[in-house]
Amino acid sequence: MIYHDLVIIGGGPAGLSAAKVAAEAGVKSLIIERDFKVGGQLVKQTHMFFGSEKQYASTRGINIANILIDDVFNKSDYIEVMTEATVVGLYSDNIITVLCKEKYIKIKAKAIIVATGASEKFLAFENNDLPGIYGAGAVQTLMNVHGVLPGQKVVMVGSGNIGLIVSYQLLQAGVDVVRVIEAAKNIGGYKVHASKLRRLGVEIKTGQSIKEAIGKDCVEKIVVAELDNKWEFIEGTEEEIEVDAVCISVGLSPLSSVLSMGGAQMKYVAFLGGTVPMIDKHHETTINNVFVAGDVCGVEEASSAIVEGYYTGLLVSERLGFKHPNHEELYKDFKNQLANLRSGPFGKKTRLGLKEILR
Amino acid sequence: MLKTDGIPTKKQVLSRFPNEELLDRPKAITECYEDIPCNPCSTSCPFDAIHIGEDINKQPKVDFDKCTGCGICVFNCPGLAIMTVQVIEDRATFKIPYEFLPYPIVGDFYPGVDRSSKVICDALITKVVINKKQDKTALVHVEIPAEYIHEFITIRRP
Amino acid sequence: MRIKEHPILSFEYEKEINFVYNGKQVYGYHGDTIASALHALGVKKLSQSINKKRARGFYCAIGNCASCNMVVNGKPNIRTCVTLLEEGMIVDTQLNKGELL
Repeated sequence: MIYHDLVIIGGGPAGLSAAKVAAEAGVKSLIIERDFKVGGQLVKQTHMFFGSEKQYASTRGINIANILIDDVFNKSDYIEVMTEATVVGLYSDNIITVLCKEKYIKIKAKAIIVATGASEKFLAFENNDLPGIYGAGAVQTLMNVHGVLPGQKVVMVGSGNIGLIVSYQLLQAGVDVVRVIEAAKNIGGYKVHASKLRRLGVEIKTGQSIKEAIGKDCVEKIVVAELDNKWEFIEGTEEEIEVDAVCISVGLSPLSSVLSMGGAQMKYVAFLGGTVPMIDKHHETTINNVFVAGDVCGVEEASSAIVEGYYTGLLVSERLGFKHPNHEELYKDFKNQLANLRSGPFGKKTRLGLKEILR
Repeated sequence: MLKTDGIPTKKQVLSRFPNEELLDRPKAITECYEDIPCNPCSTSCPFDAIHIGEDINKQPKVDFDKCTGCGICVFNCPGLAIMTVQVIEDRATFKIPYEFLPYPIVGDFYPGVDRSSKVICDALITKVVINKKQDKTALVHVEIPAEYIHEFITIRRP
Repeated sequence: MRIKEHPILSFEYEKEINFVYNGKQVYGYHGDTIASALHALGVKKLSQSINKKRARGFYCAIGNCASCNMVVNGKPNIRTCVTLLEEGMIVDTQLNKGELL
């Protein structure tokens, strides 16, 4: 059994930020990351981020990742990082079991921050399992991390921020984005992203979805059709589009299963993306000393994940008896930043969703 | 319509332009028509010419008396929603953000397009500026006939 | 299909890594995952469904969905989208549930 004061599950923006603030307060932590590198989804985000200066607005996601990673590696006497390590169990008394390169490790933690993020949702349509059909995030990884093109002619399904941003990144990589289709009546993401695509010649069609994918061992064409008010396909509006890749960008779902396993009280909240833990205002779940930060407790933007990471890092440090020297000032600041990020029309769903899980 | 295809109305576009007589000097046109949490245009402006305020969801307002059209907001805007425009007699010069390779060639003509990507005029590239501060967002100076200043938005990529 | 030039990123294809895919000598680059290296070679079908043998490729790229499971160095169920490519790896399409013993 290995003992740690603070274990952070997930080395993405929320996890890295939590470790940084905890280190400032004097808390030693262990970040457990299942990928071979930390940085989470930031490492493939080539676009500039929104928000304000405190959340690195106007800085490209890949560079924010480097800033957060540097922050952590500069505090290596406080922060230990374990990569290629998957947390496979969370038991009572805050025992975490980890599978790391074929070794099974047991860790007892005084406090835990679950920052496991979220993963792409699937979309049900005929032959949706054909190779060449990817989650939009997967396409970003292929293109921006590995420099490999997913295809030459792509249709993007979903017009939320991820769909719109990845479409733009596909264009930058030299791929032809034939169309962005959106089931709802209106575009889901920021209109500035949509405007960028339209002026570059990408068609955006709302009220449309994908009905079928056709191909032998790989997608060769798709059938799209219009939707009525009940989200049913309207007969006679089918259209075939030739593609060699399809990106599905229909939202993210929190990766909260480790909390369910640990026995935390969970709730399905559509506005937050899926099943999330009930939390108090300090982001503590119903399991003593188990906290959450980032997309795992509600899908938002990376800017919010970073601030939630700082916030829980601050509060967990206090719980462990290491009060941050600027605790009161930072507490107010982090709460303000989160409120600011969520106060506009795009934050409405998050505000309503968070009300549902506040205990 | 903006919410169904990302294209603002003519009225929305005109609302971001200053009075004609101010365009003898370059001015920033902020085509941010939605309340989203974002303010780098305001914080990056060295002349304090863009105002957003405490609530970062508010849309930016440009003080055209202070704006010099330097273009710093153009490459800082995460939505690439800002450009500058200047009108001298019958020619207009734009500074647009550009994030594609190859960069357009100075002295060459490219198709100038409107917000629906329809070709509307010939666009002459007069300068391509890229330096470290811009973090990979190039500023391309484009000259077009002034009659298209409310339609032109970017060039069609080669 | 590898990206040669990119307006934001730079890709250096420096160290070649040789591996075997379904008996053929192929290569990728340092930093590739098995799945990305195969994708660059035009291989999109990575596995097949157990009962109906439907072609599967990768979907999530973060090790969640298991569509990319292949047999690597004799071990089945390897999530190739999160496994780094190593010199001399022997990679085979997994045809069924995989032999663990």
